[in-house]
Formats: sequence, structure tokens, C-alpha cells
Amino acid sequence: MSKLIEFTLTEALEGLEKGEFTARELTQTHLDAIGAAAPLNAFITDTSERALSMADASDERRKKGEAGLIEGAPIAVKDLFCTVGARTAAASNILGEFDPPYESTITANLWKEGGVMIGKVNMDEFAMGSSNEHSRYGPVVSPWRRDGKNDKLVPGGSSGGSAAAVSADLCLGAPGTDTGGSIRQPAAFTGIVGVKPTYGLCSRFGVVAFASSLDHPGPLAKTVEDSAILLRSMAGHDKNDSTSLDVEIPDYAAAVGRSVKGLKVGVPAEYQVDGMPDEIRDLWNQGVEWLKEAGAECVDVSLPHTKYALPAYYIVAPAEASSNLARYDGMRYGARVEKDGLVPTYEATRGEGFGAEVQRRVLIGTYVLSAGYYDAYYLKAQKVRQRILQDFRDTFENVDVLLTPATPSAAFGFGERDADPIQMYLNDIFTVTANLAGVPAISVPAGLDNQGLPLGLQLIAPALGEETMFAAAGALEKAANFSAKPKRWWESA
Amino acid sequence: MSEPRYLIPGATGDWEVVLGLEVHAQVLSTAKLFSGASTDFGAQPNSQVALLDAGLPGTLPVINRKCVEQAIRTGLGLKAQINEWSRFDRKNYFYPDLPLGYQISQFAHPIVGEGEIDVEVEEGEWIKVGIERLHLEQDAGKSIHDLDPASTYVDLNRAGVALMEIVSKPHMRSPAAAAAFVRTLREILRSLGTCGGDMEKGQMRADVNVSVCKPGQYEKFRETDDFSHLGTRCELKNLNSMRFIQQAIEYEARRQIEIIEDGGKVDQETRLFDTVKGETRSMRSKEEAHDYRYFPDPDLLPLVLDPAWIKEIQESLPELPNEKRERFEKDYGLSAYDAAVLTSDTDRGRYYEAVVETGADPKLAANWVNNELYGRLNKEDVDIADSPVSAAQIGGVIKLITDGTISSKAAKDVFEILWEKGGDPAEIVEREGLKQVSDTGELEAIVDKIIAENPEQAEQVKEKPKAMGWFVGQVMKASGGKANPQAVNEILRKKLGL
Repeated sequence: MSKLIEFTLTEALEGLEKGEFTARELTQTHLDAIGAAAPLNAFITDTSERALSMADASDERRKKGEAGLIEGAPIAVKDLFCTVGARTAAASNILGEFDPPYESTITANLWKEGGVMIGKVNMDEFAMGSSNEHSRYGPVVSPWRRDGKNDKLVPGGSSGGSAAAVSADLCLGAPGTDTGGSIRQPAAFTGIVGVKPTYGLCSRFGVVAFASSLDHPGPLAKTVEDSAILLRSMAGHDKNDSTSLDVEIPDYAAAVGRSVKGLKVGVPAEYQVDGMPDEIRDLWNQGVEWLKEAGAECVDVSLPHTKYALPAYYIVAPAEASSNLARYDGMRYGARVEKDGLVPTYEATRGEGFGAEVQRRVLIGTYVLSAGYYDAYYLKAQKVRQRILQDFRDTFENVDVLLTPATPSAAFGFGERDADPIQMYLNDIFTVTANLAGVPAISVPAGLDNQGLPLGLQLIAPALGEETMFAAAGALEKAANFSAKPKRWWESA
Repeated sequence: MSEPRYLIPGATGDWEVVLGLEVHAQVLSTAKLFSGASTDFGAQPNSQVALLDAGLPGTLPVINRKCVEQAIRTGLGLKAQINEWSRFDRKNYFYPDLPLGYQISQFAHPIVGEGEIDVEVEEGEWIKVGIERLHLEQDAGKSIHDLDPASTYVDLNRAGVALMEIVSKPHMRSPAAAAAFVRTLREILRSLGTCGGDMEKGQMRADVNVSVCKPGQYEKFRETDDFSHLGTRCELKNLNSMRFIQQAIEYEARRQIEIIEDGGKVDQETRLFDTVKGETRSMRSKEEAHDYRYFPDPDLLPLVLDPAWIKEIQESLPELPNEKRERFEKDYGLSAYDAAVLTSDTDRGRYYEAVVETGADPKLAANWVNNELYGRLNKEDVDIADSPVSAAQIGGVIKLITDGTISSKAAKDVFEILWEKGGDPAEIVEREGLKQVSDTGELEAIVDKIIAENPEQAEQVKEKPKAMGWFVGQVMKASGGKANPQAVNEILRKKLGL
């Protein structure tokens, strides 16, 4: 029975359809695996009872021939998505035991397509972080270890719990959110696929906001095809989100096997950064070769404003966050630290409720929006953002997709990057550009470094170019033939 | 367009006051600006609160199209520029009645730009007041401090209700002008159906910017648009009646003059008006002013208006008070005063036109509505909407006067009965025997009898024709007050040989 958890989503859906096993069996197996994976600290809210009843309902639907796109598939939900009746705290103390009376559009869509909520997973507090070390529930431990070593590694962040859960075969897919790389970076660190779709394709309603103009819900999955199926199940117009796009959602999975013959792939010079490990450079070159062998044409391109993306991102994102997080004041829900008077109560509630990284970003955001600094920081950053978008537009006049590394390094150890926030922020250097421009991007596992840790390659496509992106990602996946799995050390831990 | 000067005498000579207003008008809409929750007044506290209004995580604003339409309609009514591209910003500050921690407002790019309205300050004294802008924003909730000595209660029913903030230019120069501006604005909004205008229910409130200067400075400001010609201003917050607006300005202007004349400097600050003491007091200084950290709301797309929609709204615009006043003067031959009074209130104008529609004489109808009806409504403190006497009934009374059936005096009796008991005017006249006698034969008989009984007076009146009044009185008395005075006059003149 334990074989069941090794299935990909696509394989599991086939097995369910053929009647080889039921959604209940599939769900129970995953719950058992989750039970054995406590050392990873990925799952933080137990919804096993609901999972089993959702699985039974799913089996009923399948019997009646009413199966949805992901009928019966166990899905792990990032703590950022509001789920009725299941604590939603964004991994922050300030939300206390908040139990939302409404469901996020993303999870509602997944349940409508037959998804089974297997549990809620850990993350960096308010999705701020690249290592999942900043959480009220404690850090997530990556399922991966360096060859022959037992050091704990980070799974990446902020969707670290989601990535660990998918990578360790604890679920068949997980909706995450990506504000500066929070889906793609942990996917790359854990040898799985992560998709950040076009801005507006996946609704933000019911997703605890970090930075509204940069927050992108999207799937983490075991394969490119799985991620395509999940994206189709999640996406769609939502009248509750004013920035939601009213477009038809195509069958992305159909694009995955599509030939890339004649596809023009751009290789941007600016993603060649100082201090990048050789093995990442080599893997990138390997990716170019793979795509060429598959019939694509690879050309060098330039996106001149790329180097300004990270500083611009670390102005815009904290600015929006400082305002988005103002509602956590202890007045109506969540945790309150009662003091004598209003301002002391605010200060104590927010001082104790928010972790250090969140406080740092609220402070940065408040600063850059302040009178006298707004023009120099926020306004300038918005102008940079326009230039970055224009870079992409210009480049996509000539090429269909861009190929870049997903991260500047493989996963690192606990505490290794904690001392200097700037070092931590540099993790996002290849991923933030797509958030600033709102264009879709995917991280595909492509190889292992010399210590046996996964490395990913990233494909970036023009807005609403998901099908082209999935086609190229499919070709890359096939050529890389990445089949490494973490050793299941936690089961004996 | 001239304005009587409002001068405040000081120790160093006369001073003038310069006033600019920011009026917050609640948009007439059944739902809030971004949440869809109801806007009904007087509901149980916290019963009209959508998820967004309570600032729950992950909830998002979605613009209410009706509120946008109302803002456009208002802008058109103010003859103002409608901006086809506008944007919502966040105004950030912490307060328990502001659940999101920011107010969604339009700071840099309002939906409506410059406009102008005509305001009648005193009878026949008109001024033009420039409109700087109109923008849409959310109201906050209500903090209730007096329910409990140790706690503050918060009611979020108002949180998220749509407001239009209408900002005037500093074109008013007396407390009366400021009040007249608010009154005119209210009438325009009510005619447009974009705001209820009830200040007691908080549907309208005003912030007034007050500064003082020496005569001549204001003219320099108007020529150059350079504010340095004017004095330092203070903003008086949240005035919710015409009376308070005027009182607060009067107090504040004197306070500023005293400071300057004592050699001091007026500090730019926000002040509150204490309605009990009749004084303004400092709320926060410029240094203490919040840094609102405005920035574009990333949850909302810019508001882009289709010109065809604006045109459609323009075409559906009702007649505005000033247009109506001019039409009343022209079409009904009314005096400027009567026309202004009748159009000072939408309901009064509507009532008047309903009277005229019954075929009543327009001038008489104006007298009856403005004097008889309103005299009584005001005395009894009844709103015109609840008037016991209908427009059709007043029209009926006027017709009975003009066709000679009743005298003006009897008409007042009919009105009295209509007010108390209702009924049909003609039937009342019949039942109560109020019909005046116009029958020449009947009247001639009375006249002949009186002349015959008073030969001396009949002789004297030939010398002194003014004394005929005595005869009219006698005839009226003899007829029991029912004789038609006009007919009596004619017959007397003939019989007395005048």
C-alpha cells in the first residue's frame, strides 16, 4: 500500500479511474505517511477527519461519473489560504487561532475539482522568507540531505512546508504562493516543479495578503504535467478579486507533450551573476543544449534592468506589506496583548504577534512610503518595475521563452543565511523579475549538485504564455530525466 | 454677482475672512463602496458588516458601480471635469474604527476635477464658488466613547460606506456664504439623487478652512492664485449643521485676528468646534499631523470610465435648482424671490409644480405654497412630504378663488378645514356656505336698501369718493361676508354715481 504515495498526481488519477484503489485508500496512505513525517515539521494543522470524509465523497462522485480534474487527490494547503473550519494563521502568532468563515477561491476551486484537503502546511510567517525558518510553528526541515551528511537543510521558502510535503510524497500537489520566488525557489531546493502563473490568473481572494501586486498563487507538484493539471484546477476568473483576469483557462496538460521544434528560447546575459557556483552555470548550459536537441533555437538576449529588480522588489513588497498587515491590530480577531490604553495595546500586540522578519519588512515598508522618502524609494521602484516589464515585452518580441537558473545556489543549512538578511534576500535574484512583471514562470528540477542536492532551471514566458511555458518545461523535464528522491530518513528518525 | 463685504473690526482696522470647504457627502446607494454590505441607517450596531468591512485577512475590495455612477452624476451636476482615468489610494493610519488600517480614497487622481456652482448668499446676492475636486472614499466606522467609562465601543455599520469628498476653492468670504454654499450643494445633490443630504443622519458634514487677511489681499490672491497673499489657515473638522458652520467660523476668525493683533502667529492646525461652549479648540498641530503614507491601492485597478457611459449619465441628468429657478421666473412669471424660495428645496419645487399642473394660476399658486402652506408646515413642524393638504387640494382652492366662487378670506377658511379634516375644496365651500354672492340682482337689492337707509352718507360720498369703503363694509356685513367685493364695488360706483 505504501507504493501509493510514490505515484504522481497523473498516475494516481489513472489508478483511481481504473478502480485500482479508492480515494479513501489513497488518502489514508498519505495520512499515514504524514504521521510518520513529523520530523519534517511540514504539516501544522491536522485535518485528517475532513480528509477522509472528503475522500469518501470523492469516491461517491467518481462512482456517479462526476469526477473532477483532480478527483480524489490529496492536496496540502499552505497556511496562507483561508480554509473554513481549519485554522488559518499565516504561520504568525498574531492570527492566533483564527478560523475563517470563508474559503479562499483557490482552495474552493481545488475542492470543486475533487481535491481532498490532507492538511495545512507550514510556511514562512506571512510568506516572508526564503528558508521557512521564520514560522510560529518552527522551521520546516528539508527531506533532502547532503550526501553522507545529517545536517538539517532548509526546504526554501516561503512555501517550504508545501515543497517538503510534495517532495516527501506526503501529498500529490500543493497550492502555494509566490511573491518573489516563494513557489519556485522551494521547488528548486526540493527537486519538484513549481509554477508561478500570470498575475491575475489565480485569484487572491481568501489568500492572506503579503504584497498584493506581487502575490501569485500557483501549484507545487511532482511533475510538469501534474503542475499543469493543478493550475487548470485552481485558475479562473473571480469576481471577488478586482485584479483577476477574465480569460478562458485552457487545458495546460495538453501542452506538456507538445514539440518545441522551432521554439525560440532566450538566454538572458544578466542572469549570469558573480559568485554563482559553476555547477549552476553548467546546468544552465546543459539546459540550453537539451532544448536545442529537442529542436528549439536558443539565442542570447539582454534584459538590461534586471540588476535593479531585487532592490525594487525589496521596496515595493515591504511597502505593500506594511499596509496589508496594518489590519492585525488585535481589535477584532487573532491575538491581542492587552495593555493600558490603545497605543500600548497596539504596540504590544504587534510587537509580540509579529516575528522579527515581518517586523523588519513592516519597518522598511513604512519607511519607504513616508513623506519625504516616497519619491526616492517607492515611486522610483515603481518606475524600475515599468522598465523591467518593458524589458520583458521587448525580449518577448523576439523569443518565446527565457531559460535561467531557478536559484543562485542549492539548499543551505539551518541558520547559514540568517545572520545577514541581504544574503537571504539574494535567494530571490532570479525569481523576483517575473513577479515584478507579472509574467508566468516555472521551476523544473534538472539535476543534482556535487553534494546530491537538487537544482532547478527556470523558464519564463510572456503574460498568458502558460501553454508555451508548459511545452518547454515538458521538454526540459524529459531531457533532464530527473528521478532522484530524498532518502526517507525521517521515517526512522 | 456681487457680494456684500463681511468685515470684522479689529484693533488694527478691518479684517476679512477667507473660507474653503471640504464637504463629505454620503453617496446615495443601497450598498457600500467596496463590500456589498447594506447602508441602511439605524440598523443594530455591527449588523451591516461584510468580511471586508471587518478587515478579515484575504478579503478584497470590489468597486460598486452604482457609487461610481453617482460620483459622475454629481460631477456633471457641478459642471465639473469628469476624469476618465482615476485611481484609488490607501491612506494609512491606525484607529479601532478603521479595520483595514487604511482608508481607500482617491488622493492623487480624483474621479472629478474642477467645476463651479452659483450660490445665492442673500436675496439677489450671488457668488460663484469654484470646485477643486470630488473624490470617492470609504467612511470609517463609529467609535462610541460614552457607553462605558473605561471602554470604547466600535460600530462598523458605517465602515466602508461610500462618501464623496467635495472640495471647494477658497471662494467664500463670510459665514453666511459658507452656509449658503453647503445649502446649495445639498440641494444640487438632492436634485441629482446622489446624496440624501440629511446632516442629522451624518449624510453630509463639512470641514471648513478658515483664514483671515486684510482687505485687498483676497483680490491679490484671486489675481495671482498665490496663497501667500492669504493668512495661515486652520481646518475646522466635522461641522454637521449650517448653524455650527457659521458659529465656528465667526469664533475662529475672531480668535485668529486676536492672535495676529497681539503680535502672534496663527499655527496651521486642525481644530474641533465645541458646540456647547461655542469655541474651537486644537485637535492636532501641523507637526502632529499624521503621515498617511498614501500609495496606490494594489488591490484595485485604476478606474477607467467609458465616455459613452458618462454621456448616458449626462443625458439622464435632472433639472438642477438654478436651472429650475430660471425656468420658474420665465415660464410662470414669478418674482426672483418666489422662484428662489420655491426651488430652494426639491420637494417644495415639485409640490409647487403639481399645484400649477392642476390649472391653478402660477402666481397665486406661488403665494399659497410659500405663505399659507409653508407658514402652516413650519408652525406645526411638519415636512412637506407629510403635508395633510395635497397639491391637488391647493390647486382646487386657487381655482375657486380665480373663478370668483370664494373670496381670499373664505379660501383661508377652506384651507383650515382641509388641514384639519381634509376633503374636496368645492364640496367644503358648498357644505359650509362659503360661496360668495356675485349675483348682481341680489347684490343690487342690498345696495339699494343701504343707500336708501343712509341718504346723508350717499351725498357725502360724492364729495369724498374714498368714503365708499364705508358702504362696501355695510354691504359685506349685510351679505354675511359672502358678497363678492369686486361686484359690490362696481354696483356701488354705479348707484352712487361715482
